This record gives sequence, structure tokens and C-alpha cells, in this order.
Amino acid sequence: MSLRINGQARAAEIDTRTTLLDTLREHLKLTGSKKGCDHGQCGACTVMVNGRRVYSCLTLAIMHEGDEITTIEGLGQPENLHPMQAAFVKHDGYQCGYCTPGQICSSVAMLEEIKAGVPSHATSDLTAAPRLTADEIRERMSGNICRCGAYSNIVDAITEVAEKQA
Amino acid sequence: MRPFTYERARTPAEAAAAASRNPGAKFIAGGTNLLDLMKLQIEVPSHLIDVNGLGLDRIEATPEGGLRIGALVRNTDLAADERVRRDYAVLSRALLAGASGQLRNKATTAGNLLQRTRCPYFYDTAQPCNKRQPGSGCSAIGGVTRGLAVIGTSEACIATHPSDMAVAMRALDATVETVKADGTMRQIPIAEFHRLPGDTPHIETALERGDFITAVILPPPAGGRQFYRKVRDRASYAFALVSVAAVVQRDGTGRVALGGVAHKPWRVEAAEAELPRGAKPAMAAILDGAKPTHENAFKVPLAERTLASVLAEARG
Ligand SMILES: Cc1cc2nc3c(=O)[nH]c(=O)nc-3n(C[C@H](O)[C@H](O)[C@H](O)COP(=O)(O)OP(=O)(O)OC[C@H]3O[C@@H](n4cnc5c(N)ncnc54)[C@H](O)[C@@H]3O)c2cc1C
Ligand code: SF4
Repeated sequence: MSLRINGQARAAEIDTRTTLLDTLREHLKLTGSKKGCDHGQCGACTVMVNGRRVYSCLTLAIMHEGDEITTIEGLGQPENLHPMQAAFVKHDGYQCGYCTPGQICSSVAMLEEIKAGVPSHATSDLTAAPRLTADEIRERMSGNICRCGAYSNIVDAITEVAEKQA
Repeated sequence: MRPFTYERARTPAEAAAAASRNPGAKFIAGGTNLLDLMKLQIEVPSHLIDVNGLGLDRIEATPEGGLRIGALVRNTDLAADERVRRDYAVLSRALLAGASGQLRNKATTAGNLLQRTRCPYFYDTAQPCNKRQPGSGCSAIGGVTRGLAVIGTSEACIATHPSDMAVAMRALDATVETVKADGTMRQIPIAEFHRLPGDTPHIETALERGDFITAVILPPPAGGRQFYRKVRDRASYAFALVSVAAVVQRDGTGRVALGGVAHKPWRVEAAEAELPRGAKPAMAAILDGAKPTHENAFKVPLAERTLASVLAEARG
């Protein structure tokens, strides 16, 4: 089958059972997306499908023919970091780094959700546009677990990028 | 995961027909519950019917003044819809209290209603479970029951339904619309959609084989102030221990449905007459006949206090 990943058409010969995550890592050697729990509980496998963040472990590759998939490799490269990647480096938004690609893909898409007016559990007034507060960021990033507990630095990194965008 | 064949359906009737032709078939929508269970071989479909391309992803106004929510509308989009935020806030709130941003982007309206229990023994394929393997016994009874049901239970199963969205749908009197292979449609009131376990806990809903959900319909707005209060072990990304969906009118009357306490969203319409008198008499009537275990008896006072806090906010 053919998939569009980071702006390129990629062909992969896969079983119907292959998740999007395994296709990326094992077949296309895009190992930036990580396998943590493989059950949608940790967020390490977060990628964007048509700009929306999803867990790549809980979806099948064959369901994504024609979709535009963005992984951490597509956001930026060492010589050309995405602003969110640079902010994670600057604020030390990790220790071991295993959850980081998922955190970064998730946070980039999350800021777009706020811009699009998507409310969250932390939004007090459902009829108003959501505000960019630390509480909002924490709640919206709860689908990405960091076992090292770098959360406060992650919130700092995301806040800096969000403020620059605003 | 066991091997399976895969097809993409093009119309709802075609999806229903494919499912009735093939006894081992399952629909796949967001896949966030089905694939999780397939990895554990708790679900073992031999054929998957992908229903994502059916165009059932719209929310439309009904002639009666309600909303018709397509079965494939994602939880994120339903929670963010302006009409839902304004007129059915309890539904937005319930959706936003569930799962995580990534899951809500995939999870669909129909898939959410049909998600399966989180009973730990249902997930542990080394243990007996009547829901997973009818007739094998219930490991939860006499086991770890902290998260399990306190009312409507049976000798065969004491599991809860884990959905937050379904609890709000119950408070809003939603209707589930289905289609069969021959094109016949059914309208199933949400109260009758989920079943109590009885002696067949593996039969969870009023759906028959091949039935495909096309939409969930909301009646005209219920007005009042609307709340969804969820109590859980961590502040986000956890299932409910107890949740309260409530619509409270100015005069103190209203509706209440509970999550985390039963095999289905729990609502007792007759008990709602007690609401103006406060949380204590109302919850006593709603949970009349509860049979908690020593580990989950805390859910009964917790439900009362959660309702008390909702009613206090409604007054304030
Ligand atoms: C870590 C984690 C945490 C979670 N936390 C919460 C939580 O706090 N609260 C909560 O409510 N939920 C929670 N969820 C569950 C989540 O909401 C469900 O997985 C999701 O709603 C299922 O929707 P789906 O579209 O992905 O369903 P799928 O997995 O695609 O399908 C589920 C079932 O529905 C059937 N189905 C799907 N569409 C149709 C249709 N149109 N007609 C007939 N049958 C159909 C499928 O055949 C399958 O049996 C959590 C999930 C995970 C993994
Ligand atoms: S409570 Fe229900 S789901 Fe849990 S072990 Fe018993 S039969 Fe299975």
C-alpha cells in the first residue's frame, strides 16, 4: 500500500494487522515515533494525521490511505529544528527523551486545537474562546505521560512557543 | 492480533449487509477500543468493515429542534460544536472529561457508546469472565471490585459501562438510530440501548447482529444549567469512579444520570421528584437497592456528595 508521510509518498508491503506505528518504525524505519504501552495509554506514539494528533498504536495503516501523516521526523531535523523542538531543548523538557517525540507532536497539534477554539476539561466558559493558561496546557497534554516527570519544563517549553505564535 | 480480512464500506446499508453476511465481522470506526481488545485477543474478528468513509460525520439540526449526530462524528468535534456547547453543555463536558485529546480525535459517537467495560478481569484472559467467555464464571465477585458496579448487578457480572458520553446522552434522552442490511431503520431510546448484565453479561446492548448505528439524535435542548462532574483517581485521563450528569432548572427540578456505578448509564426518572429536596433524598432514591461490595461501598456516599456539589453550584 501507499502512504503519504512527511510530504512524501511511501510504499509499504504490510499485513492488514499492522498498526500505523509498526508501519512507521518497522517498515519505513521512521523510528522517531516510540512504542511505549502499545495500548493508547502513554502517548509516546503520537503522530499527526491530516494535522490532528492521534495515537499511531491504536490505528491500522490500511485505514490511512490518502491521509497526510506527519511524524517527529517531518516536523524538523537536527540542523533545522521546529520551534517546539528547539523550545524543548532550551527548557530541558525531558530527561531520558523517550516520550519527547510524542510530547512534541502532541503539543504542536494541541496549540492548533486551541487556535481552532476546541474547548477542554479545563475551559471554564464553554461558550467563550479557550484561553492559553498553564492549566489548559496541562489538561490538554494529559494524554502524554512522562515517566521522568519533566512536566513543568514541558509546560514552559510549550508556553514559550505559544506566546511567540500569539 | 489474529489475522483478518478488511474492506471499506461505501454506504450504511452496505456496511450492515457485509456484517450480516459474515458472522465473524466487526465494524471499525476510530478503532481505539476495538484494536486495543484485538491486540489482547479479547476481540477476535475475522473480518473488519471500515466505516470511516461513509460521510456520517455531520451534526445537523432536526425539524423538531434537536440535533442529529452522525455515528462517525469524532468526540473532539462533537464536544467543540457550537450548538452542543451552548445547548447541550452536559454532553460537551462529559466528552471533554473522557480519555485524552489524541483519543477524542479518533473516537466516534457510535464507537464511544459501544466501548466495552474496563473490568480488570475482562482484560485478563487468564481469568474466568462471563462477559468475555459466557459461562466461565465471574472473577470479580470476591475479587478486586473497587472500580466496579454498585447497582443493577447480577450473580454473573458486576462490571460498569465506562463511557462518560453515554451518561450525558442518558440525561439528555438521546435516541440511537440504526439500519439493517435490508434498509430497515430502528430508533432505540438510550434508556433501552444498554442492558443490565442479568445472566447474559456478554449481550450488552439492544443491537442485533449486523445492526449498524447511523446516528444519535438529541431532542430539543433541555435548558437549565448543565453539569458533568467526574470523580477519578487522577485529575485527567482516567475513567470515572463516579460521575454525575445533571440538568438543573431554576426551580430546582431536573434530571440526573450516573456513571461508574452500573452496567449502563444509571438514571431513575421517578427519583428525580426528590431533587428539589436536595442530594441526600434524591441519591437515596436513585441508588435505592444498591448492593455494593466492601471495596466499592464508598461509591454510594461519593455519588451523594458529588450530586450535592452539583446542586450547590446550580443554586449559586
Ligand atoms: C487509555 C484510554 C483511556 C480512555 N478513557 C476514557 C474515559 O475516561 N472515558 C470514556 O468515556 N472513554 C475513555 N476511553 C475509551 C474511548 O472513549 C473509546 O475507545 C472510544 O470512544 C471508542 O470509539 P471508537 O470510534 O474508537 O470505537 P471502535 O474501537 O472503532 O469501535 C468500538 C465498538 O463499536 C463498534 N462500532 C463502531 N462504530 C459502529 C457503528 N456505527 N455501528 C455499530 N457498531 C459500531 C465496533 O464494531 C466496536 O465493537 C479511553 C480509551 C483508552 C484507550
Ligand atoms: S464483572 Fe463482568 S466483566 Fe468483570 S469478571 Fe465478572 S463477568 Fe467479567
